[in-house]
Amino acid sequence: MVHFKVNGRAQSFDGDPEMPLLWYLRDILGLTGTKFGCGMALCGACTVLQNGKAIRSCSKQMSTVEGLDITTIEAISSNGPHAVQKAWAEVNVPQCGYCQPGQIMQAVSLLSSKPKPTDDDIDTVMAGNICRCGTYQRIRAAIKEAAKETA
Amino acid sequence: MITLENSSTETITIENVSRRNFLYGMLATSAFVVCARTSSLLAKAAGNGAPGLAASTPSSIGGTAFHPSVFVGIHSDGMVYIVAHRSEMGNGVRTSLPRILADELDADWSRVTVLQADGDTVYGSQDTDGSHSVREFFDVLREAGATARLMLVRAAAQQWGVPESQCVADPVHVVSDKNSSRKLGYGELAALAAKLPVPKKEELQLKSPQQWRYIGKPAPGYDVAEVCSGKPVFGMDVRVDGMLYAAIAHPPVLGGKVKSVDDSATLKVIGVKKTVAIDPFKPPHAFQPLGGVAVIADNTFAAFKGRKNLKIEWDNGSNASYNSADYKKELQQTARRPGKVVHTIGDPDAEFAKGGKIVEAEYFAPHLAHASMEPPVAVADVQGEKVTVWSPTQDPQGVQEQVAKALGVKKENVTCHVTFLGGGFGRKSKPDYAVEAAVLSQKTGKPVKVIWSREDDIKFDYYHSVAAMYLKAALDDSGKPKAWLQRSVFPPIGSTFDASAVYSGAGEMSMGWNVVPFDVPNFRSENGKAVAHVRIGWLRSVANIYHAFAVQSFANELAYAANRDPYDYLMTLIGNGRTIDASQKADMAAKYPYDIARLRHVTELAAEKANWGKTKLGKGTGMGIAVHRSFFTYVASVVEVDVDDQGTIRIPHVTTAVDAGIVANPEMVRQQFEGAAVFGTSIARTGEITATGGAVDQSNFNDYPVARMNDSPRQVDIHIVESTAPPAGVGEPGVPPFVPALCNAVFAATGKRVRELPLARNGFS
Repeated sequence: MVHFKVNGRAQSFDGDPEMPLLWYLRDILGLTGTKFGCGMALCGACTVLQNGKAIRSCSKQMSTVEGLDITTIEAISSNGPHAVQKAWAEVNVPQCGYCQPGQIMQAVSLLSSKPKPTDDDIDTVMAGNICRCGTYQRIRAAIKEAAKETA
Repeated sequence: MITLENSSTETITIENVSRRNFLYGMLATSAFVVCARTSSLLAKAAGNGAPGLAASTPSSIGGTAFHPSVFVGIHSDGMVYIVAHRSEMGNGVRTSLPRILADELDADWSRVTVLQADGDTVYGSQDTDGSHSVREFFDVLREAGATARLMLVRAAAQQWGVPESQCVADPVHVVSDKNSSRKLGYGELAALAAKLPVPKKEELQLKSPQQWRYIGKPAPGYDVAEVCSGKPVFGMDVRVDGMLYAAIAHPPVLGGKVKSVDDSATLKVIGVKKTVAIDPFKPPHAFQPLGGVAVIADNTFAAFKGRKNLKIEWDNGSNASYNSADYKKELQQTARRPGKVVHTIGDPDAEFAKGGKIVEAEYFAPHLAHASMEPPVAVADVQGEKVTVWSPTQDPQGVQEQVAKALGVKKENVTCHVTFLGGGFGRKSKPDYAVEAAVLSQKTGKPVKVIWSREDDIKFDYYHSVAAMYLKAALDDSGKPKAWLQRSVFPPIGSTFDASAVYSGAGEMSMGWNVVPFDVPNFRSENGKAVAHVRIGWLRSVANIYHAFAVQSFANELAYAANRDPYDYLMTLIGNGRTIDASQKADMAAKYPYDIARLRHVTELAAEKANWGKTKLGKGTGMGIAVHRSFFTYVASVVEVDVDDQGTIRIPHVTTAVDAGIVANPEMVRQQFEGAAVFGTSIARTGEITATGGAVDQSNFNDYPVARMNDSPRQVDIHIVESTAPPAGVGEPGVPPFVPALCNAVFAATGKRVRELPLARNGFS
């Protein structure tokens, strides 16, 4: 049995310890904002925050979440849209939108450690998040927009 | 405040939300199950009787006070409901199509709710591919809006007892009396309008373009705020009460069958319920399931893990002889021999026989996989003769047909709810995965969700065709072609529907091959035969990809052969404005003539905006240009590259000029063309699917890489030509010219000609 928090709420789990956090969030808790894209930490669609830092939930086994504080896309806007979400809407980033929760969580993590990222900072950190619709240039613009607001 | 029960024993509280946010909020939780069981995901979500909802909120346009067509309903509270009957996969149709109708209706966009249609022939085609949503429904939706507006005006006239001519829908959402200050809102008029006869088409007065308030004006995506909050329900997110999860071990080779299966280790996995065999298809495979063994479990991970533990011996069948390296040689040899003649102008052979300067080149482009971010997924619930499917599908009517066929039920008994699609690119117009879910639901007696892993998606796709092309030109003294021959060889899409098909259909030939937009007096296009060994399908812009790659690369090669600037030479090659015969069907040729003046214009515009010839380019940098017409849209791209000594390519800038006729929403058009540059980057840099022993070698984003932010163009500028021509396609046409423009830029930067895609095969990264 592991004990941890999801979006501030205490949870416990005693199922298959190999189950990735992603499928626990989606299938057990019903928090489907976090997406499945590759299952190998290659695409970033499943990005959530672990104690405030971006991780790939598809490659995080439930046996390793003891004591962790997990935040998903559903929780970052509990007090109205997050600055990153607002910037995303303002720049009209999404096309299909499937990868965007992961992109947004990665951007939230980036801005928390680097409030004024350069283009190269953004490219380096966001390179782990694939968007097949090709919204990268707007993602970059939106991160800069959000950086203005959070500064 | 609204409180919803969630099955995982937490209570979700939503405060201070707008109505639309509320709907999505519901959908994001398992309370969504309630509505999913009874109705479509988005259209009818409001009707589940959750506390706090106004009892009169309609669940579909049928529930509104006034709904003069299948596309629009107006409720007595003034809310206008517009049906999006085509699939949203990033193409912007849930914004662009409703705004066309809203414009003619003079509706206030902030009081419009978009409802997603289920599969139903009442809407006409819902097959969202071929870039035809706006072009096919522009007039239909305008007429639907104008019909409703006219009826509201007539209702007001009746109410006030004044002539119809005295009433006008102005400014928005109200009808005003021109002779007084009287106004009636659309909601107030809805009940009365509903009693009036629906006017004939001849009675409608469509707005002039000058009167348009939404058409041609940029607007952000209707769903953007919800998408950014992770709330919309994609196919992957559908949850239905009592639902089981399934992962399927497909035969690794097309046409393969299970010889024996040992599922003992599988059945020991926590959460696995059982395994179920799925029959192999009967040729042609079309949209039938591939067959194999399904692992049924109570969560996705258990299904995946259980599948990994299956021990299956396969009978791989005749396609096990398929090896990409040998096949490539076969296609190339075929391309060197005369093929089936597609189109001839003049007598190219006579001109070639005269000798002179002859240029020949061969090009090759490999198979590609769609790799949409959301892999194929579907939920089906079979209850006797009735079937309900929830699927991210580009073609809900196709789902109905195929599920009905597979299960032996009536098509009318299959309901298909369309979810949001996490990308489609043509993959999700093939409903095989929805059929799998239906077959498994029938076999298990429970609702079943079939989830494809990324590996399934890459290994069992309907692949974009591999193609070999041969081109030959005889040049005059100025370097201009006197004769041009082009031959293209690829396993055709037709092979998916007719196992004996080896030649291209007219469709693929019309995609940049039967004719070239060049001023060449003697010309012949040909097609050689090729046998398919994997499922062949259509992928964003289809055969235009390899055809534009070959033609636009060859044009660039000829420019260098003539010692000319590639842009100047391309303009010479295109020649003067004229209309060319592209063997289009008569109605299409009348509506969408192949207009060389428009092609010239986008080429000039792209070059001008990119500062072609005026930009100082240093060592290892270069610009490339290409132009192509597809889906009736004219597109030119100039790509700038920077290549270092290790062959690493950076793409600082792309300039694209687009003439798509009238555009419904320029903002969506920009997004499509920005995205096309990234999609094209994936194709050009690394896109390659190969097979060994009939089985596809690639499996995930590690060995089938797609463009990431740092690989992609840093800046893409889109220039949209203002036009009064009928709307054309925008989802696909950005892809074809991008790839050769990039390769031409690489040549300009390095002197290395790319005749075989991807760039990774040519020492570049």
